[in-house]
Amino acid sequence: MDKLPRWADVVLVPLISLLMAAAISALVILAIGGDPVEAVKVMVTGALGSAYGWGYTLYYATSFIFTGLAVSVAYHAGQFNIGGEGQAQIGGLGVALVCLALPWPHWTIALPAAMIGAGLFGAAWAAIPAYLAAKRGSHIVITTIMFNYIASALIVYLLVEVLRPAGQMDPATARFPAGAKLPTFGEIPGLSLFFSKNVPANVTFFVALAACWGVWLLLWRTRLGYQIRAYGKSEPAALYAGISPTRMIMVSMLISGGLAGMMAINNVMGEAERLLQNSAEGAGFIGIAVALMGRNHPIGVFLAALLFGFLYQGGAEMGLWTTIPIELRLLLQGLVILFTGALDNMVRMMLGIFFRAKAKGAA
Amino acid sequence: MDYATLLQVLDSTLRLATPLLLACLAGLFSERAGIFDIGLEGKMLIAGMASGAAAALSGSVWIGLMAGIGASMMLAAIHGVASITFRGNQLISGVALNFVASGATVLIAQSLFSQGGRTPPLSGAARFNPIELPFTEAIKSVPFIGPFYADVLSGHSALVYAALLAVPVTWWVLYRTRFGLRLRAVGENPESVDTAGVSVIRLRYTAVAITGLLCGLAGAYMATGLQAGFGREMTAGRGYIALAALIFAKWRPWYALWATLLFGFLQALALRPDVIERSFGVAIPVPALDALPYILTVIVLAGFVGRAIPPRAGGQPYVKER
Amino acid sequence: MNPAQDTGRQETAAPAIELRGISKAFGPVQANKDISIRVMPGTIHGIIGENGAGKSTLMSILYGFYKADAGEIIIHGRPTQIPDSQAAIRAGIGMVFQHFKLVQNFTVLENIILGVEEGALLRPSLSKARDSLKHLAEEYELDVDPDARIEELSVGHQQRVEILKALYRQADILILDEPTGVLTPAEADHLFRILDNLRAQGKTIILITHKLREIMEITDTVSVMRRGEMTATVKTAETSPEQLAELMVGRKVLLHVPKGPANPGATVLEIENLRVVDQDKVERIKGIGLTIRAGEILGIAGVSGNGQSELLQVLGGYCRATGSVKINGQEIDLTGKHSDGQSRRARGIAHVPEDRHHHGLVLDFAAWENMIFGYHNAPEYQKNALVMDNAGIVEKTEGAMERFDVRPPIPGLPAKSFSGGNQQKIVLAREIERNPDLLLVGQPTRGVDIGAIEFIHKRIVELRDAGKAVLLVSVELDEILSLSDRIAVMFDGRIMGERLPAETNERELGLMMAGVTGSGEAA
Repeated sequence: MDKLPRWADVVLVPLISLLMAAAISALVILAIGGDPVEAVKVMVTGALGSAYGWGYTLYYATSFIFTGLAVSVAYHAGQFNIGGEGQAQIGGLGVALVCLALPWPHWTIALPAAMIGAGLFGAAWAAIPAYLAAKRGSHIVITTIMFNYIASALIVYLLVEVLRPAGQMDPATARFPAGAKLPTFGEIPGLSLFFSKNVPANVTFFVALAACWGVWLLLWRTRLGYQIRAYGKSEPAALYAGISPTRMIMVSMLISGGLAGMMAINNVMGEAERLLQNSAEGAGFIGIAVALMGRNHPIGVFLAALLFGFLYQGGAEMGLWTTIPIELRLLLQGLVILFTGALDNMVRMMLGIFFRAKAKGAA
Repeated sequence: MDYATLLQVLDSTLRLATPLLLACLAGLFSERAGIFDIGLEGKMLIAGMASGAAAALSGSVWIGLMAGIGASMMLAAIHGVASITFRGNQLISGVALNFVASGATVLIAQSLFSQGGRTPPLSGAARFNPIELPFTEAIKSVPFIGPFYADVLSGHSALVYAALLAVPVTWWVLYRTRFGLRLRAVGENPESVDTAGVSVIRLRYTAVAITGLLCGLAGAYMATGLQAGFGREMTAGRGYIALAALIFAKWRPWYALWATLLFGFLQALALRPDVIERSFGVAIPVPALDALPYILTVIVLAGFVGRAIPPRAGGQPYVKER
Repeated sequence: MNPAQDTGRQETAAPAIELRGISKAFGPVQANKDISIRVMPGTIHGIIGENGAGKSTLMSILYGFYKADAGEIIIHGRPTQIPDSQAAIRAGIGMVFQHFKLVQNFTVLENIILGVEEGALLRPSLSKARDSLKHLAEEYELDVDPDARIEELSVGHQQRVEILKALYRQADILILDEPTGVLTPAEADHLFRILDNLRAQGKTIILITHKLREIMEITDTVSVMRRGEMTATVKTAETSPEQLAELMVGRKVLLHVPKGPANPGATVLEIENLRVVDQDKVERIKGIGLTIRAGEILGIAGVSGNGQSELLQVLGGYCRATGSVKINGQEIDLTGKHSDGQSRRARGIAHVPEDRHHHGLVLDFAAWENMIFGYHNAPEYQKNALVMDNAGIVEKTEGAMERFDVRPPIPGLPAKSFSGGNQQKIVLAREIERNPDLLLVGQPTRGVDIGAIEFIHKRIVELRDAGKAVLLVSVELDEILSLSDRIAVMFDGRIMGERLPAETNERELGLMMAGVTGSGEAA
């Protein structure tokens, strides 16, 4: 396979993958009788054309940053955690239990507590597949998928039978106390000049940014990160160096699950203000696309999360204003994963041909 | 549980096990050839949609079946290109195609029928209808065996019997034919096949195509046999349960039958919470029953499997030395 | 065997196989450069050269694995295209690879018919193969149980299956790539008898090896390869090992490392009754005892797979064992419960592992990241309690790369981008510069170019002279003989005996490596 310049590998490969996914989606839109140009217009206007749109785009991006980072951290340890969806749902349970436990006086106190709850619950949900992988050799991909299904069954049961307040019809927890309400962008001084009060984007966005920095620091500056990456690259070498595989699988998966769980402070605490069924709404899976697209680097994850935030909000608008069903988002997401994660060699090969032709032209 | 109820549960066990069995055998061909496939789910789903749609439009279940197989084989081909030709990550390819299927099925069904991503209800020749096995009337009166024959074994659609037949056929192909020998070899040590002058790539594509075919049957059965039409996400994780059954079965055809029957039985029980309550005296919440196959799968994966050794070359793209 | 007879044939018959001007490049690396050889039928032709000289590439071209960039292949006088293995088989070429291409959980018969089945059903093919296997076994001393699974067979028997595979496919040109690397001397002798038989029956054999002894023993003619080029083709009877060695490396080989006498001090390592049982409950080390003192090199000789790897791994902290191991008089934990590679390093044990690609290096890591691998917790590499001192590590790496002559001296380059010798120097620099009490070294010069070998040997001797203990494991007898102060021979998980290098020779060690004790009795 041709060697590409590093910048091409880091920047061009994901971009071209995205373009190809978009092109195929456009063909699908044409095939079902829609107008791709119209669709793009609606998406751009809906997601980026107004403060309202940006408020949603950034809100979605916040969730995707967490789940994308979750996939990335596990990936660096050689673990493919596709259980982010379940971990985020269980993280939501942690948030709900914390928020409902006390009459919180102010969000600045409630937020750290909720973060701990979300992180711990998410990590706990990742702990079982991680333990089974480390100790019993179970395939982590399959077990984390199973745990997604088990998580949704568990949440349904808890919401219907345990957490639903008496007299309430829909399966959800009670509303969180007012003191646990996170300020939205419309309520933050400075940002409020631009955003209106009812946008869902909230302070969690800044927590997500801090998480990006934290993950970068962890992976490339600390001993633990060094060991996680070494284990992920080569298990026999890790054994030689005295790095415990069990510990690396456990630690990386706990951090991964914790990050996925932390997503819940964005959607459960910041937006819904109560725990609903299927609260993660697929964000856990989008984390896979975000991590692959972002090349498992926090900066890449941040940019890819913004992109998917745009696609998500734009897609919702498209579903509202055009005849194209909202499920186009799923198709696009699948195609992005396919091109960046499985057909990446094809993309590289195409780029290689291009670069060789250019080199010849120059010579 | 009385005998009549048991027969009812067993009857639905067979129905519910059929898509699992077909998908499990599908996965068996692929994984025995060294290609992991967690995209069984997506292939079943898209086959379900295609067959439901084609059957609704044409009024013929056979055209539906062909459409289902075609759609499933298309996804299989993409998986093949990604994992064989371009040596991509087989797990990621499978996950991606599952999402593609989730999105595409609703998009297409919605644009065709505008019924919220469903296909119209099927009836008559657009569905696989029950087949009465011979001598059912004659044997029915025989105590014990008669009702079992008439109520459990007889009265299923053609695809149920096709799935059961697929088990010995798979065994025979795998262990008694040249193709089977090469297929098993390519999943264990592709170099042995390559140096023997046999194309690794062609063998693996053939295996992936068979996977597509069997998943097509599984999906078509879902939409035109088990149910009367396609509904969004109708496979509901069956592709993953089939995958777990495959591990449980240690990648062997007969074991695959028993494993999928077991999981089918669990699903059948989950549909009848009343039976459990009557039999065991406790009410088990429905979500717990829904989760049971998944929990069981995890337990299976955690070590009930014993020493299940997967095909040695599984999941690794084949690169010639150097 | 009989050169006169060959010359007689040369005039009448066409060469069984002739290569003209074969060239092959992998990117910038020219693996084969304008190679030409002629091999007469009924002869054994040796191709000798160092690792990486391009021997295997040449044979892969002959077997249709790679396509040559230029050149011609002529078989029995007919120009032949070999685009794939099928074509090679049709042309009557059979290949026995260094790493066998057998399906482990298939029977011998199944492996033999794979790819040449008669018809779509297996049964007729299997019974036909069973019959002809019987004939082949009688004809060539090639008996193996046709119904045994490959994983149950010894390496020597597996190799016979490979040869049988080729013969079953009617091969009359047989290529063997480093066939003795995995064999005991006795198995190797048996193999040579088989080859002799095959030659007597008129088969043509190409033997690729880097062992001079084998070339001298069995071949009729020999070609020498160096850096992708064919430097000479000579009659074996008319050459000498010294001449071949010189042709191989292009200059006199440094057979003896300059080193003074050892000054052994206090005992550093003391092993008693060490036993290792692997996952499959096979006993790999069967109760051995060894001591090494400060300032001496103990060499462990043996055919690979006789427990040496496990010994290194036990001492390195990543293989469980029972028995007793003392470092500087203190017992170390062998259960793996309270110890790992980290605690071994803390006890002053450094380890240059046998397999640097899998153990010694993280190939995707940069050189500087590899330079602290295993010592990443050391205080001097930390900036504060939280983060590592990456800039400082890069700086230290630059120094180490200079001292160990690692080329190119770029700390940011990934380990996989360095040549074998330079990779080994990175590992060696890391381990030696920690100034350990005990250095474990496994196959220090495997896959390393000749210049680096000299350098590596010197460094090991220097460490000994600095009063450190060294445990050297190598399958190269030359290396063992020239570096060690004492030699222990391992066979089948046991120590067959200890010798002083001055008082032994390759022949005696070879017998011990084959499980024959000094007095000539089997163990």
